[in-house]
Amino acid sequence: MRLTVLQSALASVLAATVFGAGPAHAEKTKFEFWYGLSGDLGERVQDACRKFNDMQADYEIICTSQNSYDTTLQNTIAAYRARKQPAITQIYDAGTLDMMLSGAFVPAKKLMADNGYTIDWTNYFGGIANYYATAAGELNSFPFNSSTAMFYYNADAFQKAGIDFKPETWEEVEEAARKLKTAGFDCPLGFNFDTWQMMEQFSAIHNQPIATKGNGYQGLDAELVFNKTKFVDHVKFFKKMVDEKLFVVKTKQLGMDIVPAFTSQTCQMIQTSIADHGTIGKTLPEGVKWEVAMLPVWKGTQRQNSLVGGASLWVMDGRPEGEYKGAAAFLNFLATPDMAQWWSTVTGYIPVTKTGFEAMKANGFYDKAPYKGRELAIASLTYTPTSQNTRGIRLGGFTQVRKEVSTALEAIFMQNADVQAELDQAADRSNAVLRRFEKTYAGQKLN
Amino acid sequence: MEKRAVFKNWWLPILFALPQILLILLFFYWPAIAVMKWAFTLEPPFGGIAEFVGLTNFEEVFADPFYWNSVAVSLIFALCGTCFTILVGLVLAIAVDRRLPGSGLFRFLYILPYAIAGPAAGMAFRFILSPERGLMASLNAAFPDFWNPAKYGAHALILVIIIFAWKWTGYTFIFLLAGLQSVPRSLTEAAAMDGAGPIRRAIDIQVPLLAPTLFFLLVIMMTEGFVGSDTFGIVHSTTGGGPNHGTEVMVFRIVDEAFKGLNYSGASAQSIVLIGLIMIFTFIQFRFIEKRVHYK
Repeated sequence: MRLTVLQSALASVLAATVFGAGPAHAEKTKFEFWYGLSGDLGERVQDACRKFNDMQADYEIICTSQNSYDTTLQNTIAAYRARKQPAITQIYDAGTLDMMLSGAFVPAKKLMADNGYTIDWTNYFGGIANYYATAAGELNSFPFNSSTAMFYYNADAFQKAGIDFKPETWEEVEEAARKLKTAGFDCPLGFNFDTWQMMEQFSAIHNQPIATKGNGYQGLDAELVFNKTKFVDHVKFFKKMVDEKLFVVKTKQLGMDIVPAFTSQTCQMIQTSIADHGTIGKTLPEGVKWEVAMLPVWKGTQRQNSLVGGASLWVMDGRPEGEYKGAAAFLNFLATPDMAQWWSTVTGYIPVTKTGFEAMKANGFYDKAPYKGRELAIASLTYTPTSQNTRGIRLGGFTQVRKEVSTALEAIFMQNADVQAELDQAADRSNAVLRRFEKTYAGQKLN
Repeated sequence: MEKRAVFKNWWLPILFALPQILLILLFFYWPAIAVMKWAFTLEPPFGGIAEFVGLTNFEEVFADPFYWNSVAVSLIFALCGTCFTILVGLVLAIAVDRRLPGSGLFRFLYILPYAIAGPAAGMAFRFILSPERGLMASLNAAFPDFWNPAKYGAHALILVIIIFAWKWTGYTFIFLLAGLQSVPRSLTEAAAMDGAGPIRRAIDIQVPLLAPTLFFLLVIMMTEGFVGSDTFGIVHSTTGGGPNHGTEVMVFRIVDEAFKGLNYSGASAQSIVLIGLIMIFTFIQFRFIEKRVHYK
């Protein structure tokens, strides 16, 4: 008797596994989308997915956060190796070359053409599209959440310290920092060891290379040169400022990262992504005046466009044919002007297409109080046409390179290590990463 | 009289053992074989053709000064963690063994931390021992930079060792308590009547009789400190290997290299070296220390 109950229970479990969840959803084609955003930004991705699912009857997108950009790349790789990859995955800037050489994706242009969508690829901002495109300008992935680094400062604190200028050069930042210190502010400028602002964005706007071969665009044999450019002097300047207690290290390990340091008014100036614009506006107490500006440059510098950050959407190959129709529909949906504007409003990310930006400008979006200043991110990204040094960074294992540099910065600022020696060592170690990458993909060419 | 279960069919015992055998094959030997293969090739992250490169991966690993740094950090971590957990566990076990009122409650309290996952313990201690707002904040206010694990590698290493020890002391405690309770009461009672104090009784009677348990814990804790999942979890959630490689234990470096650096081959080579090291340690322990252990 007992056995039969057990047997039938077992049989029904088996049946459920074999025949799927049930007939109710059978007519919809389901496909998966993995993303790396979490917290507030992750919720907004879920909103986008819900909007898509509510809108049409044929497909159902299942959106899953992998919590961070690097775990998304790791999980995508693991899933691909197990043939369980999602149809769409969100990969951050640093993973672009790893994806490009993987041969594991369907190029954006091919996907849309195959499924009957016409996309005006020239509509994407050059600085954004170039990051994810082949050397010939063919987009491999869809720019989605794009950002760039900006300079934020507390205008109230500036007023109290008697600063009557907007800091546009690092000389002016230093002057402002001194005045803030005199006025009793303990942390005039807060910074962490994230290389994105301090090395990558700084190098771009000062037109300095990070690596040879056009930052890697012209071949896998590129070598890192950040230890021989203006970046070294910039780090030395930061070191001097830290020694004078004008710039202060703010990291998670020390108990408070830069954005909370700014929103709690502990630090009066920071450099961080435009994507934090929304969070900063929401978190700072009401009535506190703050401003966002383009990153400062050194006096006498011809400012260049800054680099795009954030992530793009890659369509993985090896999925059943039907899923690609859904994926194309979803990507087309995201690219519609309405959605682009909605996404840009609820996050701090910038619209990635020229028409999207123009539409938002025309309807007065950037004149409204909480969004004011966000247009400067586009201004920064499109300040000049891209040069070899500002097109993007196309280096293999770039996550590891970033880690080597940030470890060097940590040693410099926390343990008084020699600036040049540490950066030289970081460059040597990073070059070893590039050489290994080159050997791993021997015979493959950058396209 | 001895009772023995005899299987009539030769295949029946194999059938019973089969699930276990399959699991071991699937989760132990298969990955181990993949690691062996990857260590001698250059494995592309997304798969594909991997080129055989002989010992190149190992040469790269050994030529890296930070690799040797991680070996040293691991050694310090495992040795300090082992000594700490065994000594404190022993003291606690002797205390609870005296059967004072409330020792049942303490037995429960002491084992509790073992049930907490490494990363969770790490997160908790990150707050408790934070230089700016935790227990040490007032000390830091009086003596600036007295405690700063974000700045000094040594402080960070002490921090992760404390968390490891806090988690694993309950484990050694349970084994040592069980060991103590198997020491015949008559021995300690006789010693007490002869006028030996509790410390004398512990040193001369209880600890020598605990030698097999202590040896077992030594091997287990050394291995746990080197390759245990908690070691990775704690380092990952508190210091992230930093500052400046100060807490980069070998297992953390392997995971970081494989998943952050997408260098599966280098990480595999490091895994093989790590397995080799563990085998050498265990051999040394059995060869030289076990000789001094007296089993009954």
